[in-house]
Amino acid sequence: MVMADKPQYRVIGTRPLRPDAIDKVTGRAQYGADTRQSGMLRGYVLRSPHAHANIRSIDTSKALAYPGVKAVITAADFCLPGQTVADLPDLTTNILAGSKVYYHGQAVAAVAAISDEVAREAARLIDVDYEVLQPVLDVREAMLPGAPVLHEAMRTRTPEGPGAEPSNIVAHAVVVFGDPEAALADCDVVVEGDFSTRMVHQGYIEPQAATAMWNPDGQVTIWTAHQGSFPARQATATILNHPSSKIKVVLTEIGGGFGGKIAVYLEPVAAMLSKKTGHPVKLQMDRVDVFEGTGPTPGTSIRAKLGATKDGNFKVYMADMAYENGAYAGTAANYATMVATACYDIEHVRLDGYDVVVNKPRTQDYRAPSSPAAAFAMEQLVDQMAEKLNMDPEKLRLQNSSREGTRGSMGMPFARIGHEEIVQAALDSDHYNSPLEGPNRGRGTASGYWFNVGLRSSVNVTVQPDGTVALSVGSTDLSGTRTSLAMQLAETIGVDFEDVKAAVVDTDSVGYNDVTAGSRVTFGTGMATYEAGKNLIAAMKERLATTWNVPADDIQFEAGKFSSPDGSKSGTFKEIAQLVVGRGPGLTVSGSVNAGFLQGGGFAHHIVDVEVDPDTGKVQILRYTAIQDVGTAIHPAYVEGQLQGGAVQGIGWALNEEYFYDDNGRMLNSSFLDYRMPTTLDVPMIDTILVEVPNPLHPYGVRGVGEPPIVPPLAAIANAVAHATGVRQYQLPMSPRRILQTTGKIEE
Amino acid sequence: MEAFDYVAPRTLDEVYGHLNNGKRTLFMAGGTDVIVQLREGRRECDLLIDLKRIEQLTSYAFDSEGTLVIGAAAPLARIYEDVDVRRRLPGLVDAASLIGGIQIQSRASLGGNLCNASPAADSSPALIALGATLVIASVSGRREIPVEEFFLGPGRNALEPGELLVEVRIPAQPPRSGTRYLRFIPRNEMDIAVASAGVRVQLAPDSDTLESVRIALGAVGPTVKVVDVTSLAGRTADSATIEEAGRLAAEVATPIDDMRGSIIQRRKLARVLTIRAMEGAIERAKEIR
Repeated sequence: MVMADKPQYRVIGTRPLRPDAIDKVTGRAQYGADTRQSGMLRGYVLRSPHAHANIRSIDTSKALAYPGVKAVITAADFCLPGQTVADLPDLTTNILAGSKVYYHGQAVAAVAAISDEVAREAARLIDVDYEVLQPVLDVREAMLPGAPVLHEAMRTRTPEGPGAEPSNIVAHAVVVFGDPEAALADCDVVVEGDFSTRMVHQGYIEPQAATAMWNPDGQVTIWTAHQGSFPARQATATILNHPSSKIKVVLTEIGGGFGGKIAVYLEPVAAMLSKKTGHPVKLQMDRVDVFEGTGPTPGTSIRAKLGATKDGNFKVYMADMAYENGAYAGTAANYATMVATACYDIEHVRLDGYDVVVNKPRTQDYRAPSSPAAAFAMEQLVDQMAEKLNMDPEKLRLQNSSREGTRGSMGMPFARIGHEEIVQAALDSDHYNSPLEGPNRGRGTASGYWFNVGLRSSVNVTVQPDGTVALSVGSTDLSGTRTSLAMQLAETIGVDFEDVKAAVVDTDSVGYNDVTAGSRVTFGTGMATYEAGKNLIAAMKERLATTWNVPADDIQFEAGKFSSPDGSKSGTFKEIAQLVVGRGPGLTVSGSVNAGFLQGGGFAHHIVDVEVDPDTGKVQILRYTAIQDVGTAIHPAYVEGQLQGGAVQGIGWALNEEYFYDDNGRMLNSSFLDYRMPTTLDVPMIDTILVEVPNPLHPYGVRGVGEPPIVPPLAAIANAVAHATGVRQYQLPMSPRRILQTTGKIEE
Repeated sequence: MEAFDYVAPRTLDEVYGHLNNGKRTLFMAGGTDVIVQLREGRRECDLLIDLKRIEQLTSYAFDSEGTLVIGAAAPLARIYEDVDVRRRLPGLVDAASLIGGIQIQSRASLGGNLCNASPAADSSPALIALGATLVIASVSGRREIPVEEFFLGPGRNALEPGELLVEVRIPAQPPRSGTRYLRFIPRNEMDIAVASAGVRVQLAPDSDTLESVRIALGAVGPTVKVVDVTSLAGRTADSATIEEAGRLAAEVATPIDDMRGSIIQRRKLARVLTIRAMEGAIERAKEIR
């Protein structure tokens, strides 16, 4: 679906073949673990078997003496003179534990040796003396007075200032609009629920891997599959207390991230091992390390109420939202307060967000972090409200939808957004208008929001003698952004897509780029690319002015053609480039932007049909449609892929995925056998409907598209299951066992 | 994983020459379990004997009496793709085609799946329902036992030191019989049974009377559970009888609580799967009749 006011583009909106396709399908693409350097050693990281323990001492002498071992390091190697491991910041102790371990799988020591096998054997000889402590694993239990405290120095940040006592509550964020308590009393209908979701992992296919070489002159090179070369460089520099300008980060291809590869884990460790040994050192995780030692997304507990008038006007929303941060302070619940009510125009709001530490891995972002759980609560309450009012849930959503000018949960009014349009698209869709027949079947719908960010980006464009251009990008290409950026450049300078060659380059070769996250690259780096294109046209005009002997300002550039003021001389970009660069000096220009913190917001709306086996509790997804306001779809096939991928990850989160712990806080299911992500056989074709409401904040109307599609599935499927079984689902995952329990088929 | 020696003999006699020498020895009849276990430190060995080069252990054929003789290391995919096997033993195909994905099935074997002795193994309930036996060989001779006597506990089987499993023998199925194997998994493929059931029924020549019934359950006890269903013989194959079979199955189940399922859930599944597998087996028996 295309809005009537969309401009006509030459390249944008087409579906060219991706330039990295052949390497990726033939296995030639180089990923993190493919790095090979001459004289390279292999490293291995020893991890904690305990969820919560003091480290009394670490004896590395036997490991160091093992034949073939070149170095063994612990957190003590990261201390400045006069510092002890107890003084090290969270950033450092999460990559090698200091005086305490806070989760099962936390890194404790690292070995560099002549082979992987030797490093592993030697690591078994490291003697760590633990004093095992009681772990706390449940977010609500961790908030109770008397719960085991992870960080003695932690005091809850509140609007009134820090708390007095040590606490596992990192912060209590409060957002209030209007007078929610009074408004609640005036509502004709109030629905409420006590919802919970479980810790889940992004499940990217490539485990983390990093290789580092520390030269004797202090120049460090790091090869890594990371979501941000510049943030990785900065974090590594901070941990190593080494100037960031002396560290060069070279990005390899990356096998997925979804927010999980924003933190550094291996890079500083590999660098320190290289410093100690004088050799390049490679570290790579296996799947167990990834599950136990990297950052999943928080489990949550959300108690929420929605009040409305009998005509279906939402008046008040109140939610108490507790988010697991894992072992260290995070901001997930704070994010939740920024997104929870975004889809609707609600006058009276109270949101209490609690960020809470528990003895689980330090959580990281995962596609629209915090929003899926917040929507799991809100969108089920909307569905219940529709039931109580005997209204079509889509019409109820439309009636209460946010639109341009509505106050968002952050207080500012929305710019042009497309939530109404996508709900209307659902009402008009073939899926919604097809009857769902048969027993044990149900249909569910839900909306979702992610704010999307802008941040800083920089690119270089070099004109080749033949008139084609090379685009050098500093943003990790997670999802095909080399292509979406090259398409924007081709559009801007009026050349064919095939005449732009885009590559991701290292941190010494391009200006600063923030992390590839927040659905920001096609938007923010796209703006930098647009700037570079404009700068390139200006630079070409300057050169042409000399050649044509006319003022540069008078030269026209339109529809890919330069022309002199009197129209006597003209040429395409390629022709002019061959003239002024092919026979002249080289030409490289940059584009650099700060695209702001927010980019205007993305909304998604999903429809799902399920069938529930009443005897086994298994939920089968029969049909699924993902609808989204995508701004302008630069490469529609990639955009559709983002919608489909987000929906599938959401299906896994809803139905079977969870971190499963024993009472001692040890993760039991750290494999893809028992951590059940959906396979191709578990999902139908995910149909997509792209609604294009151009984003006024971007020259081509781009909106981030990667994150909104994981927000609706949890609630949409829960609503579908509720309609199929007559039983509302308050807890994830909706595994067969949970369905049997909640539908009264088994009692336990 | 510590270093170990690897040999790939061509004959059973060569295999015997590598045994009884004090080395910690493991057999590999595909490697899809044992290699993973070695890498994860769940098993250790000094010597790994690869059985894939032994013709006798990697082939299969129906003999003159209609018994399907399957070499212990024959890849599953070859067995379940065989047109004759598909026609004569669909119950075996149910199980063999569920073990792992296609790549795994091109290596993995019935012998490996059995010797691994997982309570959740897919092959064992189906083979027990089919009345299969196992041939165990050593330098001093051969012995044959029913599949149900092979399992001693999770990961433990009846092989004595110096012995190896060489053949799985599935007898010609009784006339008018049908076998069905079903498992429950939370996903649709690539998963491990939360519970499973293999059922064979034999019908009377001209009525829906059950002449015999065999039921074996997986993942609801330390070893496969064989359900005593002698009381069902002579009854009509109707919904009441099938329900009774489900009840008997749930009674026999002694499952554990773990991350894959709870005791109550598995008991419930033992009943549900027995009912569904029995319905499937009856349908197959009727087709044949």
